[in-house]
Amino acid sequence: MLSDLETLARQVEAGMRLALPVDYAGVSMAMTKPLIARGAGDLHVICVPTGGLQVDQLIGAGLVSTVETSAVSLGEAGGAPRFNQAVKTGAIRIMDATCPAIHAGLMAAQKGSPFLPMRGLIGTDVLRNRGDWQVIDNPFEDAGDPIVLIPAIKPDVAIFHAPMADRFGNVWIGRRRELAAMAYASTTTLVTVERIVDESLLANEMSAAGTLPSLYVSDIAVAPKGAWPYGLWGEYPTDTAELIRYAKAARSDEGFADYMSGRMLEPAQ
Amino acid sequence: MSGASPILPREILIATVARLLDGVRHVAVGASSPIPAAGAMLLRALKQQAGEKPVRISILGSVEHNFFTNGSAELFDCAGQGRIDAFFLGGGQIDGQGNVNLVGAGAYPQSSVRWPGSFGSAYLYFVVPRVILFREEHSPRVFVNKVDFISAPGTSAEGVYRRGGPHALLTSKGLFRFNKTQGNFALDSVHPGHDLAEIKDATGFRFDHPARPEQTPEPDARTLSLLRGQVMDELSETYPDFAKQMRDDLQALQDPQAAIAS
Repeated sequence: MLSDLETLARQVEAGMRLALPVDYAGVSMAMTKPLIARGAGDLHVICVPTGGLQVDQLIGAGLVSTVETSAVSLGEAGGAPRFNQAVKTGAIRIMDATCPAIHAGLMAAQKGSPFLPMRGLIGTDVLRNRGDWQVIDNPFEDAGDPIVLIPAIKPDVAIFHAPMADRFGNVWIGRRRELAAMAYASTTTLVTVERIVDESLLANEMSAAGTLPSLYVSDIAVAPKGAWPYGLWGEYPTDTAELIRYAKAARSDEGFADYMSGRMLEPAQ
Repeated sequence: MSGASPILPREILIATVARLLDGVRHVAVGASSPIPAAGAMLLRALKQQAGEKPVRISILGSVEHNFFTNGSAELFDCAGQGRIDAFFLGGGQIDGQGNVNLVGAGAYPQSSVRWPGSFGSAYLYFVVPRVILFREEHSPRVFVNKVDFISAPGTSAEGVYRRGGPHALLTSKGLFRFNKTQGNFALDSVHPGHDLAEIKDATGFRFDHPARPEQTPEPDARTLSLLRGQVMDELSETYPDFAKQMRDDLQALQDPQAAIAS
């Protein structure tokens, strides 16, 4: 199942629902350029549970029609410029959520359930603007006790980056369990990794506990420093200076185009 | 206290955060929140020194101060179970009813100014007992009469499950307490160097206050020494730039000539 980045990108088609992880969990930045080259647009991006650089770049490239998220930002580097601009002009549809609601939707899909109930949300404009969420009275109480139902989130494709996979297609995700949650809920899961190891990750209990079995993994490609400029847990830190460079450049359409065409898309060695 | 060792405004904020957290078992701090984190670390150090029950701190996005092993959902599960006593929220806008807006200014969805989004606030505000609203910028654009978008409401209608909510609002100018019954803020104290008239001018909502509000207390010598020593050391692991800035500011305060020369 070992592929290359372009082969992975070809599995994303126009109009798909695409799940991408939070910036510290393992973002496959290496897939951003191939996805843009592939050009499958009208994407519905689901941020698990928030988005950052990759989401901003896919929006800037015009591939995104809907963003379902609890937030999009570049963290210490500030606001996400292409996202903010697209929201302002109405170029994308925004489905504002809250982190545990995204987790609840994925959890429902993981269990094959139509929805999951969750506390909070009542009286917020987040709920008021989500026609796809519903409020019922807790049926286990005699009266009242309103509670929100979050429908299952079923992405077509999940894409993330991890330190290693073995030759059998098992992927080591450590304690970043949101990556497993994304994979369980998604029809197809595409993974990039720093390296491939020979021995099965399921062969010893220590590595098996942090392993996403190949059952949930559709395709894998090797991409050294594949999260850059984001960091990868246990491997390398975030390149904040690069995020700041992007944040400045991407304030304008021209600056964004310049940045994306430039050599700065390659990780510094 | 004037005449004794001078104190940075941010040291007063950190010491105030520690006071507001007194009694918590577990406090969670969001990413990029050095002052709340320092306040939590100061409380932990004070409790440690006094031989009292330890305080657990979870700093999101930190490796050293984060013991979760179940992904980013675990914080929310933990809060839902009642295992988190305190949390911090900022806000692009905060209004007099304790409503918080993290989404944007102006109409929705095409906001004239868009902020990142609600993050976990629409949940945590309901379930964490002591939410401390912290925003250094104290201006009428932040503290508005009514938020443009409610990411998280200050209070809830009767019958809505609500274990948590706003406890206090701390800014660079003063400290407010939230009155849960009335659903509004009361000015608790004014930081040194500021006054009531200035705070009224800078606040876009009405709030209760005594005719002559008290001054926010400065940290005592023992607290200050812990803050400048152990806490700054701990803080520099997670927020190296912030800790260095604090130390430089302190140096400049204590010895202006040396700071100019360096």
